[in-house]
Amino acid sequence: MTSVTDVSPARPAFRLTRALQGLERLIVPALLIAGWEAFARSGVLPPALLPAPSAVLHALGDWVFGFDETTQTYSGHWLRDALASALRVFGGFALASLLGILAGVAIGWSRLFEKTLEPTLQMLRPIPPVSWIPLAIIWFGIADKPAIFLVFLGAFFPVLMNAIHGVKTVDHNLVRAGAMMGASQRQMLTDIVLPAALPSIFAGLRIAVGSAWMLTVTAEMVAVKSGLGYVLWDSYYFLRYDIVLAAMISIGLLGYLSDLGLKAIMARTLRWQQTTTVQGRAG
Amino acid sequence: MAAIELRNIVKVFSDKRRGRDLLTLDNINLDIEANDFVCLLGPSGCGKSTLLNIIAGFEQATSGRTLVDGKQVERPGSDRGVVFQQPTLMPWLTAIDNVAFHLKLKGIGKAERHDRAMEFIDLVGLRGFEHHHPSEMSGGMNQRVGIARALLMNPSVILMDEPFAALDAQTKLEMQEELVAIWQKRRCTIVFVTHSVDEALVLGNKIVVMTKRPGRIREAVNFDLPRPRDITSPEFNDAKRRILSLIREESTRLAQAS
Repeated sequence: MTSVTDVSPARPAFRLTRALQGLERLIVPALLIAGWEAFARSGVLPPALLPAPSAVLHALGDWVFGFDETTQTYSGHWLRDALASALRVFGGFALASLLGILAGVAIGWSRLFEKTLEPTLQMLRPIPPVSWIPLAIIWFGIADKPAIFLVFLGAFFPVLMNAIHGVKTVDHNLVRAGAMMGASQRQMLTDIVLPAALPSIFAGLRIAVGSAWMLTVTAEMVAVKSGLGYVLWDSYYFLRYDIVLAAMISIGLLGYLSDLGLKAIMARTLRWQQTTTVQGRAG
Repeated sequence: MAAIELRNIVKVFSDKRRGRDLLTLDNINLDIEANDFVCLLGPSGCGKSTLLNIIAGFEQATSGRTLVDGKQVERPGSDRGVVFQQPTLMPWLTAIDNVAFHLKLKGIGKAERHDRAMEFIDLVGLRGFEHHHPSEMSGGMNQRVGIARALLMNPSVILMDEPFAALDAQTKLEMQEELVAIWQKRRCTIVFVTHSVDEALVLGNKIVVMTKRPGRIREAVNFDLPRPRDITSPEFNDAKRRILSLIREESTRLAQAS
């Protein structure tokens, strides 16, 4: 008997395509880095102005592991710097998420909060978080607090806006169905509106975690004497562009990892949502 | 005492943007007896869904009284199970959790909830799919979950708003047969809104023909053809002819009036 669907998983050609498929996402970064390395070595620009990727990797390696002290005082201190930034991000982001979700759900759900609270918040929203830096320094001094305050400002509004949107766009019929099954006002909020708004709330959280990294680094460049942003700015004064780039890469990497973590939590929480792309189901 | 009593129901929607009022339901009087399967039959826009929403408590009549089991309807409640036109399930809950949602709201523990919901999952033929989410099931299956969810509350009446309108012809026939079987087995009162004469004749033992806007009751016809009903039998066709002539009279009257 011949089978039409003969899919033997051990076929070598099949395995090879799978391996190649994993590699396709590396093509663009690999080309970029190779081009950059070639350009840096061509001598069009002095090496101090545009360090080659290899030099940046060297600086990053020493910053992390401290093997030859090319990064001088930072040598081997990467973990300490990254942790300092990450804690500020986490502190401000956690605070912003908590208050943003609470205020957003309240405004989306209750006419009273919408009328009293929302106009004030919407007026504060267009003020760039960075413009709070002078006040933040006067109020909180030079330490973790002004950074956390700035991160909070940057992360709060995306969470707030998306929570409001999520609650306001809950399918009206789901609320009717809940009322039909005898839900109290409180149950309506906790058992229907909140879960229905979760996809939107998560979208806000993901935007917020990006803002949080941006503002941590900004705060560290101005108001704090530690963290990745501080190293970046300090190296700029000493014309160490290899360290500047190593710091930028570190920030990008940590921001990416934070988003990945958030995405993993989201995937677990929103398992009921079938995530699809335009071309088909995500694997 | 009838299960549902509608007394002089009037519903006016005020169209604020155009500054005029729209009379949707004009003096509806109707008694629905316990264990009746009543079909509200009428063209789109005749106010049949509005009437159902008033019984459900989703909307308030402008004037008139709505009584279910002798009690005035003021708000939605679990004494009236509603099956919506779209399944309207909680997308984050599995089939069994959707069916048992009413029990969860009442604070009943998970084991007992699932125990009791399983009976209704079986009743609508979804055993094996109880842990599927709505996005993983077809429209027909989701509508079955919606029916099971309404039945589980053991309501005195079940209100259905064109629940099979979005289904394909074959699934629709299956669902109609199953609904009749469930109604015969469980002896409940059903009010079923539809615009299809065939559907009304397959399902109902009382067919309430409504007129086009403003909605009035043209006639309430008792229809006791034995079940299962053969939709090709002469008796079925006689009844269909009669209902169609009621509808046609209405449209000629409207045409002459205008």
